[in-house]
Amino acid sequence: MYKKFTVAFGTALLAAGVVQAADISGAGATFPAPVYSKWAAAYEDYTGNQLNYQAIGSGGGIKQIKAKTVDFGASDKPLKSDELNAAGLYQFPTVIGGVVPVTNVPGLHSGRLKVTGELLAQIFLGNIKNWNDPKIAALNPGLGMPNLPITVVHRSDGSGTSFLFTTYLSSQSPEWKNEVGGNDSVQWPTGLGGKGNDGVSAFVKQTKGAIGYVEYAYAKQNKMPYLLVKNAAGNYPAPNAAAFAAAAASAPWASSPGNYVLLLNQPGANAWPISGATFILMHKNPSNAAASANVLKFYDWAYKYGDAAATALDYVPLPGAVKAMVRKQWATNITSGGKPVYVAK
Amino acid sequence: MNAFNSGDEGFTPSPRSSAGDTASLRPPVRGAWFDPIFEYLCLSAATLLLASLGGLVISLAIGGWPALSHFGWSFFTSTTWNPVTDVYGAAGAIAGTLITSFVALALALPVAIGIAVYLVEFCPRAIARPIAIAVELLAGIPSIVYGMWGLFIFAPLFAEYVQMPLMMNAAPGSLAEKLFAGIPNGANILSASIILSIMILPYMAAVLRELLMTVPPQVREAAYGLGCTPFEVVTSVIVPYIKRGMIGVVMLGLGRALGETMAVTFVIGNAHGFPDSIFASGATLASTIANEFTEATGDLHTSALIALGLVLFIITFTVLALARLLLSSQKY
Repeated sequence: MYKKFTVAFGTALLAAGVVQAADISGAGATFPAPVYSKWAAAYEDYTGNQLNYQAIGSGGGIKQIKAKTVDFGASDKPLKSDELNAAGLYQFPTVIGGVVPVTNVPGLHSGRLKVTGELLAQIFLGNIKNWNDPKIAALNPGLGMPNLPITVVHRSDGSGTSFLFTTYLSSQSPEWKNEVGGNDSVQWPTGLGGKGNDGVSAFVKQTKGAIGYVEYAYAKQNKMPYLLVKNAAGNYPAPNAAAFAAAAASAPWASSPGNYVLLLNQPGANAWPISGATFILMHKNPSNAAASANVLKFYDWAYKYGDAAATALDYVPLPGAVKAMVRKQWATNITSGGKPVYVAK
Repeated sequence: MNAFNSGDEGFTPSPRSSAGDTASLRPPVRGAWFDPIFEYLCLSAATLLLASLGGLVISLAIGGWPALSHFGWSFFTSTTWNPVTDVYGAAGAIAGTLITSFVALALALPVAIGIAVYLVEFCPRAIARPIAIAVELLAGIPSIVYGMWGLFIFAPLFAEYVQMPLMMNAAPGSLAEKLFAGIPNGANILSASIILSIMILPYMAAVLRELLMTVPPQVREAAYGLGCTPFEVVTSVIVPYIKRGMIGVVMLGLGRALGETMAVTFVIGNAHGFPDSIFASGATLASTIANEFTEATGDLHTSALIALGLVLFIITFTVLALARLLLSSQKY
């Protein structure tokens, strides 16, 4: 809730500022909006340049950048390289977040219950209906799960959080892939939908035996009991900033055309398996080179000085190596008349 | 009024008398040049409304056309809503909208009548006005507040004291068990209907009160004079007197309930499909749009959501048209 108010307030302030000087304009994803607003405020103090970011949702951000009504778009899921090329767009990541399964099982402490991706899929498919199911017990010997029906809670609104979660389940369970699939919103086989992270967490808290999934920052701020999920290396890391950064650090950025990288099930020993970056979309050959240069200047500044602000809001900054790679890409990917619009130093 | 005017007659002569005396003496009325302009301004205000209404319908139809032409009638009959495979059917949302709205209306109407009758007929004058103002204030509470209240306060209480006892006491295999099946956390079709009824109640009560006040005192006093009890006065004299207006009240409440978005989204459980019990999770046309529009990236998905808007518009329009029809067929 707090985040949403910050966004609304920040957007209102920025919108008021537009009248004087709209240096940079962007629109899109709601998930990173609080950190973009915070960066924008600090950047304005530092350089005098303003950034007007409208958190209208990833879908709106993609539409607006394609229509060239904004200098940059923002999306919680990366576009595939053929869609990028078709629209003449380039994308780069800014911050990382993660999705955490949360529960309400009386007596079960946070971080005790272990699950695999396949097991999570079976629960969310409605095939495993009780917490005392032998499949759960087999993974958690000695935990003594109660005889309690499982209630599945999911997001009702289309969101990047659902996209990461369902895409992860698709990658782990052929049955999930065939019957449901991965998307911003899907046809859920069972359970009930809450609007936003607060809606999901309210239903989980109010229903004994519930399982849901929320964005990491939300789970942390509300101290919700979470599950441990097995990662590609076979470990069960705790969901925290280091585990999300490990996922980003071990992801195959260099071999992914158009930076299409989903931080799902990455190989790092301590990588959280359901992580994801949020992305900025820009035109490769912008009609207004100066505006694009301003956008890149802003994100260059944010890469250098924005980590503390992002961490304070429970976002995870990109690892240094990924930032260095993206900085280099700018010079070659966004050009005007054959010349780079901005070269990061 | 008259007593007040008589004190300073010279300063503010009553408009009625001055118009009657001077109209014939001054044929070209001062400011007459403004009349055509005034008429034109009024005309353009009316046209503006019609034009924006027409524009709305046209843009909804254009935006929804790809989905409507792609799915044909199955858009209205299918309950499948699957953004992954791009298959959309609105039947679940249409059913959810109609069920919650009519249940809300059925719950709210008797209470609204009770409030209005009490305020006008029985309530001591000294406190009638404060209560009436409070009712009108209730109407001004934003729907998001009802939604939050519904989610965090009402739903848990509803689950514990209504839903759980009903589910526990339903005999296995009985009709009651089917009727009360669902997830016991207070987010379902029935609790959404109750929240809706609370939301439309103040509107209906406020308008009903105004209606009751239009009943001439002579009618009421004549009924009492014939020896009617207060109950008889209300049921056989006053309610029939305002019957026409009451249809308007019902339609006002229904219109608000049909389009209500945020509060419903919070407490309806948001499951696509046809609700099969009173405690089933459901969805309405407006809640589906609110949930999915911001992040809908596919063209067909966006178009299907806009088509839902068109369906909602058609339903609302039909309800209003029916109200007009009922009103014009009423005879006294």
